[in-house]
Amino acid sequence: MHPALQGLLTILIGVGGCVGYFYLSNIFLDKVLFPARGPHTGRNINRANLIRPWLFLAPALMALGLYLAYPVVETLRLSLTDRVPGGGYEWAGFQNYVQMWNDPKFGEALFNNILWLIVVPALSTAFGLLAAQLTDRIKWGSVAKSIIFMPMAISFVGAAVIWKLVYDYRPAGQDQIGVLNAIVVGLGGDPHAWLTVPFWNNFFLMAVLIWIQTGFAMVILSAALRGIPEETVEAAIVDGANPFQIFFKIKVPQIMGTIVVVWTTITIVVLKIFDIVFAMTNGQWETQVLANYMYDKLFRANDWGVGSAAAMVIMLLVTPILVWNVYNARKEMR
Amino acid sequence: MDNIAGRKSGLNWAVHISVVALVLLWIFPTVGLFVSSFRTGDQISASGWWKALFPTEEIVQYRADDPDEARLPDGSGYVVRGNLFGPEGGANEVTAWGTSSRDVAAYAPGDLADLGDGETMRVEADGSYEWRGNEDQLSGRGQRVFLSTTVPPSFTLDNYERVLLSGDRTDSMAKAFFNTLTVTIPATIIPILVAAFAAYALAWMDFPGRALLIAAIVALLVVPLQLALIPLLKFHNEIGIGKGYLGVWLAHTGFGLPLAIYLLRNYMVGLPRDIIENAKVDGATDFQIFTKIVLPLSFPALASFAIFQFLWTWNDLLVAMVFLIDSSGETTVMTRQIVELLGTRGGNWEILATAAFVSISVPLAVFFLMQRYLVRGLLAGSVK
Repeated sequence: MHPALQGLLTILIGVGGCVGYFYLSNIFLDKVLFPARGPHTGRNINRANLIRPWLFLAPALMALGLYLAYPVVETLRLSLTDRVPGGGYEWAGFQNYVQMWNDPKFGEALFNNILWLIVVPALSTAFGLLAAQLTDRIKWGSVAKSIIFMPMAISFVGAAVIWKLVYDYRPAGQDQIGVLNAIVVGLGGDPHAWLTVPFWNNFFLMAVLIWIQTGFAMVILSAALRGIPEETVEAAIVDGANPFQIFFKIKVPQIMGTIVVVWTTITIVVLKIFDIVFAMTNGQWETQVLANYMYDKLFRANDWGVGSAAAMVIMLLVTPILVWNVYNARKEMR
Repeated sequence: MDNIAGRKSGLNWAVHISVVALVLLWIFPTVGLFVSSFRTGDQISASGWWKALFPTEEIVQYRADDPDEARLPDGSGYVVRGNLFGPEGGANEVTAWGTSSRDVAAYAPGDLADLGDGETMRVEADGSYEWRGNEDQLSGRGQRVFLSTTVPPSFTLDNYERVLLSGDRTDSMAKAFFNTLTVTIPATIIPILVAAFAAYALAWMDFPGRALLIAAIVALLVVPLQLALIPLLKFHNEIGIGKGYLGVWLAHTGFGLPLAIYLLRNYMVGLPRDIIENAKVDGATDFQIFTKIVLPLSFPALASFAIFQFLWTWNDLLVAMVFLIDSSGETTVMTRQIVELLGTRGGNWEILATAAFVSISVPLAVFFLMQRYLVRGLLAGSVK
């Protein structure tokens, strides 16, 4: 069967199945199981209302449990076991973690990831804040915002191609077709193959993610800036504050909560970053990151134990943010 | 509120200039790819794309016709007449010319060049020439001439034809395009439906454990999907789905659900309580309230999530590589195809740029058409 037809059929079955499930299960509950008539009408209605939420939630809970909650446990188990040739698993304790820790590539990935974690959220948020503050003050700001926001729609792979062209290298003497080398040569420098210069190439990869995430930061911070009560700014103007003082001493402190939210959201994106490194360098020239290291172990080296251990390290790094988010969400609901 | 009386202009200029700089910096890389996709491979490797927008100076070496065949008696000597571009002439005008590689632009069109011992040469702007000399001088090979011409910007659609229509196995994006579409549409629609019911229950139904469930969903929002790869691949193999569309649809549904439920619940909680309670008083069941009142009112939130999920599934590489693409490569998606092109055709920028642009054109169109909903969704998702 043609995949497109198959897709269409799946939509029909999926949508029809979902609607049918919700509709029929409700009818069953109200008409058959606990009908709202007869001697126990009141009791039946109450009982039906006790069960109904779970009918509504069931498909979602099943999908969430199977596709997100169960894998966390299963990955933990896999990271503590080794596959036995011929099938089956054997308990390996922390051997996979020890093996991973002694792998120089893992150290490199961890170091690079920490570098990414420091640089990308900071610069994306800073650029986003700058763009939000500047574009809010001018008439054509919405057009400028659209353009800065646009990379959000571009895939990491597409962005990788775009930036590879920017970083393109031709030997000295030839016409450079990469913008970066053209500028460097124009200023009298020597062209470099930027992505192969260890350590610094990390920053050239980070630039791609900063380029993508700045728009996100800008949109959210711009909304936060608009939410600042005008009286506070007016009071500062009356007191003779200059625009920089107004920005740093009046506005930024008031949107600190939003800045933290933006920062943590980008941090999570950075922890999971895979496509950019995979497409641009594939971890060569000392640009390895955790998610790509994990992919390497899982699908190239076929070492599920170490791969799962690497995934658990990513999970461990995400956990503080997870706890913090849950804490805040619970505080809000009270 | 920023118009501080009396000292607006100076700072305002700085703001305008900084925003222009920022915007240029942000759009420049994408424009580079866009322009490159309309150039031939030779053009791309000859000059930077930013030069493609302006006429370029091109210096090419030509030769006059073979004098032994083309020379005509003329007084005491001979003359060779013709056009350096060939019998039909060239498309571009000659701006300068020369006969020595040391000075390729020594003469202007129409000048008479003295080649020594009475041998002369004259080249006009259209490329026609007149070469005079005695019998010895006008023999052997034709005189070498360097012509400087101004080439206007030229663009081609050949790359798009090659990438979309040629059917070439390595370069073709047509199949990958449809595969991507096949992945994307069910993977966008199904989670919306599942999430909408769950969000309604979490927003408007009262039951024990509700707060705990909401907290769990907030927690699942940030669980990296990297953890799910091996366990789920194993699971899919065990239940017999293996690698294929069904698996990737299910995976995208599962990974998209936390955000969907979170966004929709936040929106539904904000709906006016009166409407829903009045409907309840009038005897409407929860199912009717949901389908007739809540769902239509939640359209903006549904649209926001639909855009997110569409962009995410369209742009995804990892989930497709793990759950969909098998060794036959029949079900490859565009992102994977581009990564492969980066490997095999790393230097063929015309194919790469075009392929990449085909893949990002759809999300860009969605982005510009539905930006309002996207922004609204982002704000609902992170600012409270």
